[in-house]
Amino acid sequence: MDIRLSECSVAELGRLLRGRELSAAELTEYYLERIERLDPAVRAYISVLADKARIRAREMDALLSAGAGGPLTGVPAALKDNICLAGAVTTCASKALANFRPPYSATAAEKLLHAGAVVLGKLNMDEFAMGSSTEYSAFFPTHNPWDLARVPGGSSGGAAAAVAAGTAPYAIGSDTGGSIRQPASFCGVVGMKPTYGAVSRYGLVAFASSLDQIGPLTRTVADNALVLTAIAGHDPKDSTSAPNEPGDYSAGLEEGARGLKIGLPKEFFREGLAPGVEKVIRDSARRLESLGAEVGECSLPHMDHAIAAYYLIAPAECSSNLARYDGVRYGLRAPAADVIDMFQASRSAGFGPEVKRRIMLGTYALSAGYYDAYYLQAQKLRTLIRQDYERVFAEYDVILSPTAPTAAYRFGEMSDPLSMYMGDIYTIPVNLAGLPAISLPAGLTDGMPVGVQFIGRHFEEALLYQAAFALEQSVAFTERPALTEVD
Amino acid sequence: MAYGDRYEMVCGIETHAEMATKTKIFCACSTEFGAEQNTHVCPVCLGLPGTLPVLNREAVNLAIKAGLALNCEIATVSKFDRKNYYYPDLPKNYQTSQFDLPIAKNGWLEITTDAGGGKRVGITRAHMEEDAGKLVHSGETITTSSAGSSVDYNRAGVPLLEIVSEPDLRSPEEALAYLTSLVRILDYAGVSDCKLEQGSVRFDVNLSLRPKGRADLGTRTEMKNLNSLSAVRRCLEYEAERQAGVLDGGGQIIQETRTWDEGREMTLSLRSKEEAHDYRYFPEPDLMPLRISPAWVESMRRALPELPEARRERLIGLGLSPYDAGVIIADKDLALYFDEALKTGPDVKTLANWLTSELYGLLNARGESLAACLIKPAALAALVNLIKQGAISGKMGKTVLEMMASTGRDPEDIVRAEKMTQISDAAELSALVDEVLANNPKSADDYRGGKEQALGFLVGQVMRLTKGQANPALVNRILKEKLN
Repeated sequence: MDIRLSECSVAELGRLLRGRELSAAELTEYYLERIERLDPAVRAYISVLADKARIRAREMDALLSAGAGGPLTGVPAALKDNICLAGAVTTCASKALANFRPPYSATAAEKLLHAGAVVLGKLNMDEFAMGSSTEYSAFFPTHNPWDLARVPGGSSGGAAAAVAAGTAPYAIGSDTGGSIRQPASFCGVVGMKPTYGAVSRYGLVAFASSLDQIGPLTRTVADNALVLTAIAGHDPKDSTSAPNEPGDYSAGLEEGARGLKIGLPKEFFREGLAPGVEKVIRDSARRLESLGAEVGECSLPHMDHAIAAYYLIAPAECSSNLARYDGVRYGLRAPAADVIDMFQASRSAGFGPEVKRRIMLGTYALSAGYYDAYYLQAQKLRTLIRQDYERVFAEYDVILSPTAPTAAYRFGEMSDPLSMYMGDIYTIPVNLAGLPAISLPAGLTDGMPVGVQFIGRHFEEALLYQAAFALEQSVAFTERPALTEVD
Repeated sequence: MAYGDRYEMVCGIETHAEMATKTKIFCACSTEFGAEQNTHVCPVCLGLPGTLPVLNREAVNLAIKAGLALNCEIATVSKFDRKNYYYPDLPKNYQTSQFDLPIAKNGWLEITTDAGGGKRVGITRAHMEEDAGKLVHSGETITTSSAGSSVDYNRAGVPLLEIVSEPDLRSPEEALAYLTSLVRILDYAGVSDCKLEQGSVRFDVNLSLRPKGRADLGTRTEMKNLNSLSAVRRCLEYEAERQAGVLDGGGQIIQETRTWDEGREMTLSLRSKEEAHDYRYFPEPDLMPLRISPAWVESMRRALPELPEARRERLIGLGLSPYDAGVIIADKDLALYFDEALKTGPDVKTLANWLTSELYGLLNARGESLAACLIKPAALAALVNLIKQGAISGKMGKTVLEMMASTGRDPEDIVRAEKMTQISDAAELSALVDEVLANNPKSADDYRGGKEQALGFLVGQVMRLTKGQANPALVNRILKEKLN
């Protein structure tokens, strides 16, 4: 076959499979071979489910040969390792869960399987999704396919790197404060954080329950819409999942940017934003204008407080969510003299430094005498931030902003936790407000990809895809990491 | 010297009652008691990573009913919160409970005090929460179990209702009256089976003393996890005397949590206020706030069965003595049995008498429960009718009742098969009386001569001739007529 399969979109692969020009077994073998060849350098995968994938691919071939199946049937995919897949080890990149094999699948994973996905494996991440570089994986760091000396971003670093390296046609990640969008930006792929409640959280190992959302990482905007359509929707197992049934996110994709009112938040263009990144954003704004969009300056006055609010709310929820890893029922149990000792020893041995830091922060924020000053204040800020967006969305359809202040940095460069936290300044407020946002590659700076972010109203993912698709077509971002050229 | 001479007791009680739902509060596992260890569990109630709670609507229904039965205000917006603490029986190391927006608050229930008057005991609040699992130790406690402890999570996630009283109780007797009344209301309302022996109701009691006549409160202690009314009474009595002893000696009560040692019949210090847990409550992010519409509350009000006090009034209205009415309403099974038996229209007082003394006495003697008793309410009513109509004597009735209890047969069948029908035909009895008088002239003379007891002998002779089937009252009358 003279088509480069790793360059094919998910939609194209689906068409080839349904047209029986390609079998799911061949495609799966192709990706397993790429993983074997490229992943030793990239290290995106924590586990590769080769045998299961081969069996699954043959089953999908039988379905396809019978004329059944949809756009994702037989197309391989990979899951961030905090998304449960029945029978497969789900580690959250933590020693605490190094051997944890859930007897259930996340609803999003189940929906993907229902749509015919062949799961290739589970992807690396910062431990329990806490981090922005995947350096906090308890097992090994993942490398950016564009430059192996740089981080892929995080916490869904494995997911972004796999898609960028062409070792998975698409991946499913999770985003609590930017964990899909920032690595998508660092690795030059498309990442969507849907509206809170759009995708079920059942089976996503919780970090911060009120902020976590599952979403797709893909190479194109159209693929992203296709995958989100498959995984979104109400789930009776998740009380916070939205009751409204999602439509087809791909439907309005090609309607263009004409007439769209796009706001640029002035607070996002201040110190800390790398000039190379700012240039890409400004270029994107000009492109959108040339496509007929109206671009204007808007204001999100409370953004300066978003990081502070986030680093109280997320750790508070995390301190409670991670309390269950005590060695009693599953996961790591350290030898100890008595039960209290066992709790302490198991948790000391099970968690890495960033997880411990956040558990301590959260425990402190919720403590008697501090709750009002910290957690409650943070919740008030959260309301103010949401209101900021509401005011902007009364005037604008979408917000255009940087995804991250810089392109991917080198390993060890962001050793100070506070600097790392500041890197999420453009993504965190979106989670606090529960809004959907997408990051797509829109240019390069010093040879590294730069993502731009569109933020939309609750449940207006379709409009984000429409805006992102228009920009994507205009930018025509065809650069690929050198590493993927070895095919 | 008893504490009550110098001090007044101030006591409030937190009652944790398992709600009578079929499934757990946040998952579909069964709540059935007594199953094999860890068989009523699933990823959700085991708190496995990534699982999420889904609120059982029936638990909310029951909590609303309890709130209404306890004269509470039902919240229009309620929510769940996480209570964080580490214990191996707690799968997530937090308990999903309710903190600042409980489902019900500001209620009361009425008790009868020692003095015999009525008294309202305030209900501060009632809130929903999940139960924990159960630890099974190889030793005495978790820290001394060298061969390890095991955990049974069957109970983890069983819905509980915690009902907090105001500190309105002034004696162990009042506390007992409150708990008896509370447990009965929950049972009648269908909120909880209140099976104390299965641990389905547990109590935490708060107690302080103050010198008689003083209005300000003394320092309190809390005794946790009492599981019977008798334990509550003995614990309060012990702790009041202990506190009185400390105060009498010029000491101060330390605010602390104590535990009731059932074996040693005493309270022991568990942890002081300084060592108290900081539960770090915060809103449960995995559940949406609970909005309760007036229509929902109204539908629960309509679904609420007749409660004990209303039933007591109704029974008294039917002609029962307050005492009999009290005996019947004291036990929901008994009250429901009584109502069922009433349907076939027996004499109300006779029925009450036969139910509360004869049947209950028989069941006690046989060691049976009313629920397991073979005598159905309609059959008891039929027996009462037979007695009231004079078809059989009361004495025969007792024999029939015993046979009914053993066989489950209808009283009419037994009476017919055993030829136990009472002879109430005056002409037939008159002939038999004549025969007895003719055979016992001396006794007849004795009676006429003023020996009253001779009459009893003559009645006995008639009963002997009829193998006990003669209506004794009628025989008595006929004899007297003939002798006078």
